[in-house]
Amino acid sequence: MTKLLEWLLGVSLVLAAWAVVSFDLLELRLPQSYREAAWPMPLYLLVSFGCYSLGTVGYRVATFNDCDEASAELLGQIQEAKQDLRKKGLKI
Amino acid sequence: MASRKASQPKRDSGDKYSILLPTYNERENLPLIVWLLVKYFGESGYNYEIIVIDDGSPDGTLEVAEQLQKIYGEDKILLRPRATKLGLGTAYIHGIKHATGNFVIIMDADLSHHPKFIPEFIKKQKEGDYDLVSGTRYQGNGGVYGWDLRRKLISRGANFLSQVLLRPGASDLTGSFRLYKKAVLESLVERCVSKGYVFQMEMIVRARQLNYTIGEVPISFVDRVYGESKLGGNEIVSFVKGLITLFATT
Ligand SMILES: Nc1nc2c(ncn2[C@@H]2O[C@H](COP(=O)(O)OP(=O)(O)OP(=O)(O)O)[C@@H](O)[C@H]2O)c(=O)[nH]1
Ligand SMILES: [Mg+2]
Repeated sequence: MTKLLEWLLGVSLVLAAWAVVSFDLLELRLPQSYREAAWPMPLYLLVSFGCYSLGTVGYRVATFNDCDEASAELLGQIQEAKQDLRKKGLKI
Repeated sequence: MASRKASQPKRDSGDKYSILLPTYNERENLPLIVWLLVKYFGESGYNYEIIVIDDGSPDGTLEVAEQLQKIYGEDKILLRPRATKLGLGTAYIHGIKHATGNFVIIMDADLSHHPKFIPEFIKKQKEGDYDLVSGTRYQGNGGVYGWDLRRKLISRGANFLSQVLLRPGASDLTGSFRLYKKAVLESLVERCVSKGYVFQMEMIVRARQLNYTIGEVPISFVDRVYGESKLGGNEIVSFVKGLITLFATT
């Protein structure tokens, strides 16, 4: 199963459950309060997922390591390498 | 066994690592990356070979590579040039054909990927007998140097989106610093059709699909000091296209 199908399956399951509760499709005679609570659920889900995404990406951008030492080490090694290679007879 | 031990100072595993270095206009970087590779492989004692796949670089990268071959020996530096620029994906395929090691390491020749991490990759691979070990900029001590906020945001955002959609079981999808068992790399490369960044992403997604095991090692990615970037242009567009293709087909 492709990821696309997995997603479609997941989304339709959630939507089906939502429809069953909010429109009482199976005539379960659920209390009115259940139906009212369920009705805006998809929107809540969407908004919370959006917030979670923004939060996660924001946090990860803020904590993305800047490897200053790695760059400094590399620049040092470049000098070392150039000297050694020249000694070994490399002509650039 | 005794003679084998003597030729490989610290290691007696009989493993050999083939490093594929695709180059296009890397005349300044190639000697430096080779020097670093020789240094770290010398220190760690693993058996290795460096395969340079140059695509007819107009800046004379091949000529520099020939000098390096004279310095370090034809058993260590192998030249497998091609006449014209045929792209990165086919460069790997071309390189693998000539690899004699049982492991293959893929990395950029532009010094963004530091050879000091290779011993860590190898250690990691042995720890769990992983089929592939991927460097990751997004975990532990991993990171980047020389990136502004915009680039970090795009990188993190693209990575988050791919993680959500593809759930690949690896944290760095577009990185191209990896170690593979040779047979695993061969079977993956056969199946992968994408180009550019998406190629790396497809490799790891397919690896998960085929139930290969993946180990990860945090790496620091330092933006190239010399030379020009060859990707660029419509990077974002092709990334999104590739992501959607993988989403619908894997
Ligand atoms: N043989 C071959 N090598 C290539 C080709 N295109 C790129 N390369 C090499 O592949 C590696 C990665 O290419 P880069 O231009 O560094 O791409 P990048 O890392 O995404 O971009 P920057 O690091 O930002 O410049 C480098 O070692 C290049 O020299 C190609 O068509 N043929
Ligand atoms: Mg690069």
